[in-house]
Amino acid sequence: MAQVEVLSLSAPERRRRRGVLTMFGLGVGALLFFVIIPKQNEKVTFGFVMDREWVAFREWVVPSRSGSLGFAILALAAVLVAYLQFRARKTIRFASAIFGFSFLMSFLSWAASGKFIPFTGLLQGGLLLAVPLVYGAMAGVLCERSGVINIAIEGQLLAGAFASGVLASLTQSTGVGLLIAPFAGALISYLLAVFAIRFGIDQVILGFVLNVLVIGLTNFLYKRLLIPYQSTWNSGPILAPIKIPILSKLPIIGPIFFEQTIIVYLMYVIVALIHVGLFRSKWGLRMRAVGEHPTAAESVGINVNRVRFRNVILAGAVAGLGGAYFTIGAVGPFGKEMTAGKGFIALAALIFGRWSPLGAVSAALIFGFADNLQGVLSITGTPIPSEFMLMAPYIATIIAVSGFVGRVRAPAADGIPYRPGESH
Amino acid sequence: MGRMIKRALRVIALPGLAFFSALFVSGLLIAFSDPKVLKLAGSPLKFLGAAFAAAGRAYLALFEGSIYDPNLARPYFFDGFYPLSETLVSAAPLILTGLSVALAFKAGLFNIGAQGQFIFGAIGASVVGFKADLPVGIHVVAAILTAMIFAGIWGGFVGLLKAKTGAHEVIVTIMLNYVASYFLLWLLSTTPFLRKGRQDPIAPPVKETGRLPHLLGPNLRVNVGIFIALAAAAGVWWLLNRSTWGFRFRAVGANAAAAKTAGISVPLVTTMVMLFAGALAGLGGAVQILGSEYALTAGAGGSFGFDAITVALLGRANPIGTVFAALLFGGLRAGGLTMQANTETPIDLVLVIQALVVLFIAAPALVKAVFRLKQLQTGTGVVSKGWNG
Repeated sequence: MAQVEVLSLSAPERRRRRGVLTMFGLGVGALLFFVIIPKQNEKVTFGFVMDREWVAFREWVVPSRSGSLGFAILALAAVLVAYLQFRARKTIRFASAIFGFSFLMSFLSWAASGKFIPFTGLLQGGLLLAVPLVYGAMAGVLCERSGVINIAIEGQLLAGAFASGVLASLTQSTGVGLLIAPFAGALISYLLAVFAIRFGIDQVILGFVLNVLVIGLTNFLYKRLLIPYQSTWNSGPILAPIKIPILSKLPIIGPIFFEQTIIVYLMYVIVALIHVGLFRSKWGLRMRAVGEHPTAAESVGINVNRVRFRNVILAGAVAGLGGAYFTIGAVGPFGKEMTAGKGFIALAALIFGRWSPLGAVSAALIFGFADNLQGVLSITGTPIPSEFMLMAPYIATIIAVSGFVGRVRAPAADGIPYRPGESH
Repeated sequence: MGRMIKRALRVIALPGLAFFSALFVSGLLIAFSDPKVLKLAGSPLKFLGAAFAAAGRAYLALFEGSIYDPNLARPYFFDGFYPLSETLVSAAPLILTGLSVALAFKAGLFNIGAQGQFIFGAIGASVVGFKADLPVGIHVVAAILTAMIFAGIWGGFVGLLKAKTGAHEVIVTIMLNYVASYFLLWLLSTTPFLRKGRQDPIAPPVKETGRLPHLLGPNLRVNVGIFIALAAAAGVWWLLNRSTWGFRFRAVGANAAAAKTAGISVPLVTTMVMLFAGALAGLGGAVQILGSEYALTAGAGGSFGFDAITVALLGRANPIGTVFAALLFGGLRAGGLTMQANTETPIDLVLVIQALVVLFIAAPALVKAVFRLKQLQTGTGVVSKGWNG
């Protein structure tokens, strides 16, 4: 009987089963490593107030072992719910989210024993670190949903960062920097589009080479111009955060989402536009058509390569704008290779999120949060060496890609050049 | 004879033209980013002259740093070849990591993880190199084998994961590169890896018995590593073209579905390919540590992962091509240092040249159009499979 049941599982169900098993393993691990083995049991303080927003509750103090135990039990309860959902052949997304949160809190209660965790600040910083990832992942969505693989996100971000930093410095205006960034990203995308769509070159290789090219160019110009002539070429201003009235006063949510720079607000708009546009507009329908079945798209009169070309350029512009975050959005001057592999993490977020805008955004937020958590914990000090904390997001990605996501399906025509009139 | 020359010319033509096009474009970059040149923009003739002079000086330094430096040729003519030894020292690990990427390409896998595998090879070689007490000869071999095993496991894990769960190797290898870098950082902060009297992240030096012997006396750094690399290239050529496993690798690379129908176990091949690829990159790490660096540092990985991919692409994923590509890029690396020191042209220009060469080779239509050529062996000969492959 059991045999028959196993055989009749569909692919998503097998994936869910693997998910439930992974979560169960992690939950038991949490119980073992955060509750049973540790000796220390000092108080953990979670702070919820940043600045001058309205206060719902100020802080929450809990002994570390009780906290870990409580959240580990909650996590295991979520696993049980997930299992029941799986048996009922329903999605386990909600239970997984609860599990993720509880597991994390269980870990935090253990890791921050005797310490103070600025909870709101943790989330705020996490959102900030996720900004370039979200922009990069959106560029990936636009490109790959149209059928062109975009490994060059890193290069597009870096080009945007460089152009906005330099132009903002030369003109001493953040506005100019913000305006030029999308053009820089689009320029890299233009190369990607010309070579991939017109010449039909392998897109993974092409994207990779474009990254090397942008890294080489920006490093070269950085050493040649930006360092020796720093005062004119590389001392750009920084965008000031804009507080949105009322919304920024909301407890916890306010400081996280509504006390940010224009780059973050533009991000909200772009994500919303891409999500709605992709599934509800003619533009999005055409994009998905040329990405999934270009021959069918052509048969109803769509110019496949033109649609791809435009979307690839647009993707570059989005990533370029995200690149501005590194310079005028955060520190001002440009730094050598300052994107530091964020483009590749954005790519991982895209795949993690299964090529859907909201999925990619969620993945980007998780990565950003993990990155910031690592930073916060390495300052407060934890029982684990900071290098292992730094590894965590990458290991999590591997676990997720192999455990939860499994054999991912990209858009069917992703990466395949299209020649009009040929049958595919 | 004539036909052979013609054939050789056809094979060489595209990489050659691509290389010179890349040098030309990079020359423009050197000239137009030079403030002294830009000041002369008013008078076109002087401007052109200065531009040519700037690019010329940089490329002369590049040559002097990679092949022959007349300034070193006193009192003996052959002393001027010191830079060539440096080129070979840089080329050896590049050949090995390039082979790692090339082998994976042949089986339809894109190994972005040579970086991490290289790091694990370097760790393995370093540990045995400074820790073990073994006789001359055996010590080196033990260090090299450890490096290959460490890196082989690290790479094979990716293949296994892909075979078992379908996790895409591009994502997994990118992530594992970061994991390896941070692991190395952590390792260098632990007591056994701290050098006596030093606080910075540098491991104790490899013992004399664990080092690869120099080939041409103590003054030239060129060592047995280059022969190990050439032997590995021959081995990979044999593996791919003459062995059953190589046939399986290529069959899976050409058409995984057909290979499966023919009775080849695709999961097993995927794991084996990545294991071999990892071991090759690890061998590269061993050659770097035991041949020229003699100590593990935080920057041991360098940019070998990135460079390996450009090397494999330029070499069209073919072992012989990879050797020549690695020699070229090894020369650029060695020469780039001299260029940076003598003419204040940043060494990062080498990255630009590398990227442009591969771009021009990948886009044969472009080179053909520029040089009005019809008969050329074109393309990188490499096709990755996208996400769904």
